[in-house]
Amino acid sequence: MGRKRTQDDLEFVAGNGLLHRRMFLTGGATLAAAMTGYALRDTAFAEPLPVEPWMKIPTADGFAPYGQPSKYESKVVRGEMARAPNQMPGIGNQRSPIHLLNGTVTPNGLHFVRLHSGVPDIDPDRHKLLIHGLVERPLIFTAETLMRYPMESRLYFIECAGNGNPLYAKEPLQAGVQRIQGQISCADWTGVRVSTLVEEAGIKPGAKWVLAEGADAAGMSRSVPLSKIMDDALIALYQNGERLRPENGYPMRLLLPGYQGNTNVKYLRRIKLVEGPMMTRDETSRYSMTRADGKTVQFFLQFDAKSVITQPAPELKLQGAGFYKITGLAWTGRGNGRISKVEVSADGGRSWAEAMIQSQILAKAVVRFQMPWRWDGRPAILQSRATDETGYVQWTRDAMIAERGSTGNFHSNAITSWGVNEKGEINHVFA
Amino acid sequence: MCSHSALLAAAAFMLVAGATGAAEFEKFGRPATPEEIASWDIGIGPDGSGLPPGSGTARQGEAVYVAKCLGCHGEKGKGAVALPLAGGNGTIGKPNQLKTIGSFWPYATTIFDYVYTAMPYPETKSLTHDETYAVTAYLLQINGIIAETDVMNAQTLPKVKMPNRDNFIPYVRE
Repeated sequence: MGRKRTQDDLEFVAGNGLLHRRMFLTGGATLAAAMTGYALRDTAFAEPLPVEPWMKIPTADGFAPYGQPSKYESKVVRGEMARAPNQMPGIGNQRSPIHLLNGTVTPNGLHFVRLHSGVPDIDPDRHKLLIHGLVERPLIFTAETLMRYPMESRLYFIECAGNGNPLYAKEPLQAGVQRIQGQISCADWTGVRVSTLVEEAGIKPGAKWVLAEGADAAGMSRSVPLSKIMDDALIALYQNGERLRPENGYPMRLLLPGYQGNTNVKYLRRIKLVEGPMMTRDETSRYSMTRADGKTVQFFLQFDAKSVITQPAPELKLQGAGFYKITGLAWTGRGNGRISKVEVSADGGRSWAEAMIQSQILAKAVVRFQMPWRWDGRPAILQSRATDETGYVQWTRDAMIAERGSTGNFHSNAITSWGVNEKGEINHVFA
Repeated sequence: MCSHSALLAAAAFMLVAGATGAAEFEKFGRPATPEEIASWDIGIGPDGSGLPPGSGTARQGEAVYVAKCLGCHGEKGKGAVALPLAGGNGTIGKPNQLKTIGSFWPYATTIFDYVYTAMPYPETKSLTHDETYAVTAYLLQINGIIAETDVMNAQTLPKVKMPNRDNFIPYVRE
């Protein structure tokens, strides 16, 4: 206290300039000391602060029925609709611009989108949810009747099973974090516990799984264990306080916290209690993991711990040596769904230091981490590594490929590496 | 955290329930009749549960395929603007992996289920049960799994053993 902080106060905690996360707590003086060239520019600020036009001219703007982001944020948009060859026009995905967001909640218009036959135009007054199969009383619910039940609101992440699948490729895809890892989003989901409705219908002996089916033309359908349904599943009606967006399941969707995205069946029209999995196309030939030995693993439903650095990222070039803040997201579907630690490396995984978690740590929601870094202008490789409360540690790409081979395609939760070159350009690398 | 509003809502319902003398306040599901359920209960299990009456052969299915599937899936399922449906045997897990019904799908019942629910693309759920059995038979036949004259119905379809069936294993979490 009282003594002027200098660069000598910087506490380096790992290779290539990673600084102790405590810096974020000890205040601006240390941060300022970390920034090079800061003092040299003092003379450039001799003029009085300008009184800008917007400080003087009143406007009549700002009363739109539905507010939109600032026009200066027009680049913060979902990516182009992407679809694989041999797929029809309504089958594809759009990724969230995670390199331009902060915090943990994904705005509704930016939530990633994965559709199997486009968005169906569902009249909410005609939509029905049928619960039947191995139940005492088959029941029909409408959105209106569901509104009468006690609700639950939780921040939960949803990730596409295929998010990050470029890490299975032979060579690192030269693309940004939005393209490579942008199928992760997190929202405040509000709805009715599925267990409430299933108990109202009455479970018959022998029911062990449920078939969940959508009202879209593809009839997207998945079998999931009844135990998951009874544990924490929701029929979600609201997303971040407003009714679900059409592309995210309006008027209702299944929400299975921590489970792979497509099991959170959108446009949910039917839950059938059954003895065992129905072996739908999406759980046999689509969202299954094929290994090098020719075997295919089914019902890999729950996500393991994962993290990714969203800034810096390939979309964002570093502007010269000096102080930077590394930030990103971490999440897990394992155990109680809570992240215990995120570490960051600037030297390709040779040394690690613990990042500061700036958000709340909530079950099966993303957490946001940050880490101070002083870049010396030389090549560096940035990585993040999540650990969850089960003790699971996010693995390397090499370990993932060794176990699953290159045809796994799904649940790519390996460490993503960003290579920084001397110009400050950032590229996706395998390290 | 969420329980506050839930409790308020519950309390409100209790008042209403109390007035009407109902013991349980939170039941709003309407009973579904068997007639209502029938048109929606289209899922087919791997044991054949849910398969409707009807039948078809590959020979009959070829006409349906040509009329309603070939435009997207190509001649004899070789693929066009939509995925190939035949070929690729022995490629699973290899660099030249080609996932088709013949090379990959573990259950023949899934073909019926998926075709009936999600195909043909411009108007799904539009095939009759006989047409769906026939197209299913055709897709099995072009993959060399059944003969042109084999009849597919609720009894025969679940008995068809898919070539890649034994390579599917459930994930076991450590």
